[in-house]
Amino acid sequence: MEEYGAGDLLSEAMCAGARVVVVEDCVEAPAAFVLHLLLKRALAAGGGGGGGAALLALAQPFSHYDRVLRKMGCNLSMHRKSERLHFFDLQGFPGGTQGGAIADSLAQLYSAVQRVVETCRAGENAGRFTVMIDDVSLLEVAANGSADDVLDFLHYCVTLTSEMNCSLVVLIHEDIYSSEDGVGLLAHLRYIADLVIKAAPLSTGLATDVHGQLSVVNKGMLIEQRPAKGQKVWSFHFKVKENGADFFYPGSRH
Amino acid sequence: MAVEGSLQCCPLAARAMLHVAAAVASNAAAGKAQARGLVVVAFDRSPEVYLDIMLRHGLDSNALSRCVRILDCYSDPLGWKQNIRSEQHQEDSGTPCSTNKDTITIFRSVKDVDKLSCSIIDLGRGFEGEGKTYFSVAVDSISSMLRHASVQSISGLLSNLRSHDQISSIFWLMHSDLHETKFSRAFECLSTMVACVEPEVVDSVYGEERRGDMSFLEHNYSKAKFHVRLKRRNGRVKHLYEELCVEGYDVKFISATSVSIEVNQSLLPKVQFNLELSEKERSDRANVVLPFEHQGKGEPIRIYDGRRSLPEAHQDPNLTTAALLDETEALKSANPKGEIHYLRDSDDERPDSDEDPDDDLDI
Repeated sequence: MEEYGAGDLLSEAMCAGARVVVVEDCVEAPAAFVLHLLLKRALAAGGGGGGGAALLALAQPFSHYDRVLRKMGCNLSMHRKSERLHFFDLQGFPGGTQGGAIADSLAQLYSAVQRVVETCRAGENAGRFTVMIDDVSLLEVAANGSADDVLDFLHYCVTLTSEMNCSLVVLIHEDIYSSEDGVGLLAHLRYIADLVIKAAPLSTGLATDVHGQLSVVNKGMLIEQRPAKGQKVWSFHFKVKENGADFFYPGSRH
Repeated sequence: MAVEGSLQCCPLAARAMLHVAAAVASNAAAGKAQARGLVVVAFDRSPEVYLDIMLRHGLDSNALSRCVRILDCYSDPLGWKQNIRSEQHQEDSGTPCSTNKDTITIFRSVKDVDKLSCSIIDLGRGFEGEGKTYFSVAVDSISSMLRHASVQSISGLLSNLRSHDQISSIFWLMHSDLHETKFSRAFECLSTMVACVEPEVVDSVYGEERRGDMSFLEHNYSKAKFHVRLKRRNGRVKHLYEELCVEGYDVKFISATSVSIEVNQSLLPKVQFNLELSEKERSDRANVVLPFEHQGKGEPIRIYDGRRSLPEAHQDPNLTTAALLDETEALKSANPKGEIHYLRDSDDERPDSDEDPDDDLDI
């Protein structure tokens, strides 16, 4: 069983038991590459007998992900055809509905996701299923700014993680919420998360060889959510490449 | 009791809450508490997590089924899953709550606070016992409840539970940085005890000033300060300080006695020379006779100067110093046993003399 990136710093930092992963980024250091990496790992997991993923895409169309993952050695079209990957094109979400019907649209979306997870579990797949949302900030926009409805939807997705051997990975743009007076979606997500991956620019500014720094915080309470080395907080640099990303400690790049 | 935590040490606040819940359940099972059972209102975690923690705390499955009831507001808080099931299987699941096991009851209408209150009380009344049975209530967490209902309605719920004659204690978890300060304070006012889980290493702005530098979190996610404020019936507030350590599934509370010592020592300014007095220095200081006390006449000095007690002054009414007369006269006149002796230096002397009366002083 070959797993992409096995042995790199990111996989070392992420403990296997983490169910809810929140990826935070900002304009200066986008973290979409983390989602691409985790999606590739989810589809590759278990070789021929496990894994599966559902991608709720609000940011980009399928063709974008297909192109990016193809360069990383993963054929999304093939996985989609074989129903290992379930792609939800939500760029037009929620459609014509407005007002109180937002909650209904999100309930229907959840219903579709649950059906997909149940179908996958009922099949031969015994591996962990991954539900990925790109991204939650756009979902809030689609819900007309109703953070409560989005949090209700996310809560139901979190219940899938405890009931159906499933992981949830969400991307959120941290800089959107930094100037808010009230408590936004970001604070709630940080509480819900077992694992927070935060991408930030270098404090020294732009560089050609280093694109930013990544912090990985393991918050999980349960023993199986503790990382192998016992360390809860990891911090290292990254460089995004065409076929993936490199992770290295500061100063070790040559 | 309110257990409060913040993002900088949030897993520890949740662990503390679980630890308290498990301890209350253990005491109820062992018969050590007034309460016969514990009702857990679970919003944030799956019921299995609470049962697992309690099993690890030493309760067996028999005690669990006897003393713990979980109102499951986590699995299907808004009834979405029930709707899906009814659409798929055409089943009529009209009852809002269905009992899967004896211990766990799923609740599907979290926006209806009155129904929630009734469900909590109904679960609590189900504990076995002779006569009037008391029970405790744990809410995990108030912050999640506040997403579905208003502050007023939840305050009302807690007040009603507090005044219920069968509920011996209620405790809840609240995440202080998810709400405005006034709401956190409102819930603190409702409680008689507030336990704050505070980070050991404080970062002024979480992650914003020092982007990427989260090394302090490594420490804050395993240890925290546990500060308890207890409001007594007489109005006095007692403070307790402990350190909270989490290792795996174990939660330990270490009393921080060193805190009070540090507070005391900080009253003295920290300088490089010694400001304290030794015992010999204290006794020497007590024996020093001040300049205006002695008259040099060889007689024992007995002057009532306000520093000694009145009975001592009674024994010697012979005050011979003119300069001190005005000071002592008022004091002496209050004492029926005192006497006043006034000796003028010279009877011929006129009161308004040019001579300076202070020239007579012999210091």
